[in-house]
Amino acid sequence: MPLLKDGRLVEDKWQRLEEHEVVPTEGAVIIDLERWQVERENLKGRAAPLGLLLMPGQSPEEIADDLSQFDLIALAFPAFKDGRAYSYARILRERLGFTGELRAVGEVLQDQLFFMARVGFDAFEVNERTSEGDFAAEMAKFPAVYQPSSCGENTVFARRHGARLVEAAE
Amino acid sequence: MYRYDEFDQSLVDARVTEFRGQVARRLAGDITEDEFKPLRLMNGLYLQLHAYMLRVAIPYGTFNSRQMHMLAEIARKYDKGYGHFTTRQNIQYNWLKLDDVPDLLADLASVEMHAIQTSGNCIRNTTSDQYAGAAADEIEDPRPTCEIIRQWSTFHPEFSFLPRKFKIAVTGAPKDRAAVQIHDIGIQIVENNKGEVGYSIFVGGGLGRTPMVGKHIRAFLPRQDLLAYLEAIMRVYNMLGRRDNIYKARIKILVHEASAAEFTRLVEEEFEKIDQTKLMALPEEELDRIAAYFAAPEFETLGPCPAEHLEALDRDRDFALWVKANVVPHKVPGYAIANISLKPIGGVPGDITSDQMDGVAELAKDYSFDEIRATHEQNLVLPHVRERDLYAIWQRLKALELATANIGLVSDIIACPGLDYCNLANARSIPVAQLISERFAELDRQHDIGELKIKISGCINACGHHHVGHIGILGVDRKGEEYYQITLGGSADENTRLGDITGPSFPYDKVVDAVETLVTTYVDLRQSGETFLQTYARVGLAPFKENLYAAA
Ligand code: HEM
Ligand code: SF4
Repeated sequence: MPLLKDGRLVEDKWQRLEEHEVVPTEGAVIIDLERWQVERENLKGRAAPLGLLLMPGQSPEEIADDLSQFDLIALAFPAFKDGRAYSYARILRERLGFTGELRAVGEVLQDQLFFMARVGFDAFEVNERTSEGDFAAEMAKFPAVYQPSSCGENTVFARRHGARLVEAAE
Repeated sequence: MYRYDEFDQSLVDARVTEFRGQVARRLAGDITEDEFKPLRLMNGLYLQLHAYMLRVAIPYGTFNSRQMHMLAEIARKYDKGYGHFTTRQNIQYNWLKLDDVPDLLADLASVEMHAIQTSGNCIRNTTSDQYAGAAADEIEDPRPTCEIIRQWSTFHPEFSFLPRKFKIAVTGAPKDRAAVQIHDIGIQIVENNKGEVGYSIFVGGGLGRTPMVGKHIRAFLPRQDLLAYLEAIMRVYNMLGRRDNIYKARIKILVHEASAAEFTRLVEEEFEKIDQTKLMALPEEELDRIAAYFAAPEFETLGPCPAEHLEALDRDRDFALWVKANVVPHKVPGYAIANISLKPIGGVPGDITSDQMDGVAELAKDYSFDEIRATHEQNLVLPHVRERDLYAIWQRLKALELATANIGLVSDIIACPGLDYCNLANARSIPVAQLISERFAELDRQHDIGELKIKISGCINACGHHHVGHIGILGVDRKGEEYYQITLGGSADENTRLGDITGPSFPYDKVVDAVETLVTTYVDLRQSGETFLQTYARVGLAPFKENLYAAA
């Protein structure tokens, strides 16, 4: 899977561990929630980077206290229609203050990248057809946004009244 | 009326450009139909049996003559010269070609209209009271609240892939003309004992195969908390709503399975967390800015009912009957609300030709401060007309064949497309509506019967709202034959109630007789001044049932 990170196609340094694989001492690995729950004591304070994969139904609020253990959280879209991870992303960014890499994995379609970026994803495992140019075009497709969200972009509400304040000052 | 500013316009324009690109990718074969489907559904475009169908939003049912002329023009240019008003303040075009749709959307955008989020599992067009800003019983015009919801829900990054579609309705009056209790979220504007205006919230109403009346989860929500509270409801639903079974995916099932009390607790808890950031608090300036667009038009100070109007009522019985059925008091003396029925006897409920659309647009411009409304009962409204102009309006409506005098009467029927158009149907709906209206064509009889709402769906999806019809008719399949189940006593107003099933269903050729039996039973049993629904509430199902099945 090609990886888009901050708008660039980059090499993926992370290894997703399968169920039967043991966690190596070296290297950046992504584990699932079941493994974290079982091996938590051993993995806590792992020197090499640790990432966590959450599936729909596994809300990040369940691991809120452990969040500092992870450099990366991957949120799964088993099907593009399953939109639970959009809520998880905002909770991670806005409520739990997660600042590490937030990665979208699974069925990640080009036309969804804009919404994903807005809720706080900064890395995307995309299909072979999605280019850096496509990504840039998606990010630019709407000139304004109505709702406050994790991306911190100025909303239409703010811009309207920001603009009005400037007018008043002149 | 709301007018787009540069931001609103730029977003709608950007959507047209985006969709043009998506259509080009589809036509070039760069994406498959499966990949294209969710993209077109985000733009209200369905693939039906014979052609593409586009659903255009009329946000909270308010539009003007320029927009109506454009809807007429679109029907001429890209369709067969007519459109269909639905039960959700939308208009649908049934015969489109895919490669025309981007141009059609650009035409819509040029008059500040769109088809954004009229389908798909997202927050749909917010609906409201068709008499907003004109009704005498209103606490506050609901449209500024609706417009805020429209903007907030447009391209919402978190709530565009919900378990299922999501519908919000707002009413500003205690008399509920927006059917808020059968919506996923129903919002009623209320005043508390300190004289502050806020919101009362219902969640989990809906029809379909598991009909449910919304649960009341908040008695008073301060105005500035509206969006924070809506985000809380949406987030709880997005995270916990069922995705394993499409028939159990609506929020009503979550509310039901979790219990209203537990659901409310989850929402309040989430609301408190969201509210801590104050990110969603509605800024006063923005509320004021939007409310200013809905300021009342400059009504004249008019005296009591002008003599020429009274004379016309005396002189012309047809006019008097139209006024009796279709005209409703306005909050300003000397003005009236004029309903335009899209239910001609023997016609297709909700259909309107391009020429008729143009005619209505001109009437709005000449007589109604350029405003038109679409109703959830598939009719239109001129919300602010002078009483003294009613006669002239009626004459012009007559020339347009739009002067049917039956609002709220037995022939003002809601019907879904049914077997004539819909591939999910068990039975025809439109012909049943046509036969019933023909049976009761005589206006004096209709007026004698009084208020009676018949609603017909061709299958359990309940697009025709049969569960909340005073008489509800549902098409069912019995060994490949069209049969119709009848329910009684449903209602979608402030006393929302689901109808009671009478018993075994009726074949196609017996259903009109069955309706007639129900009507005569009511007429025999009613006490003076009682409506059908009041009589039903008093006497119950038994006498109706007895007469219905007596012959069998
Ligand atoms: C012929 C094309 C149509 C098809 C295939 C269709 C299909 C459906 C389906 C499957 C549902 C159930 C969705 C659910 O409960 O989650 C539904 C609901 C609904 N439809 Fe349609 N429909 C069609 C036309 C219409 C039209 C023309 C109207 C308006 C007159 C309409 C109004 C509604 C409404 C109001 C609901 C919501 C009922 C509720 O609250 O659950 N539909 N439709
Ligand atoms: S109620 Fe059934 S038959 Fe009627 S339009 Fe909806 S899906 Fe089709």
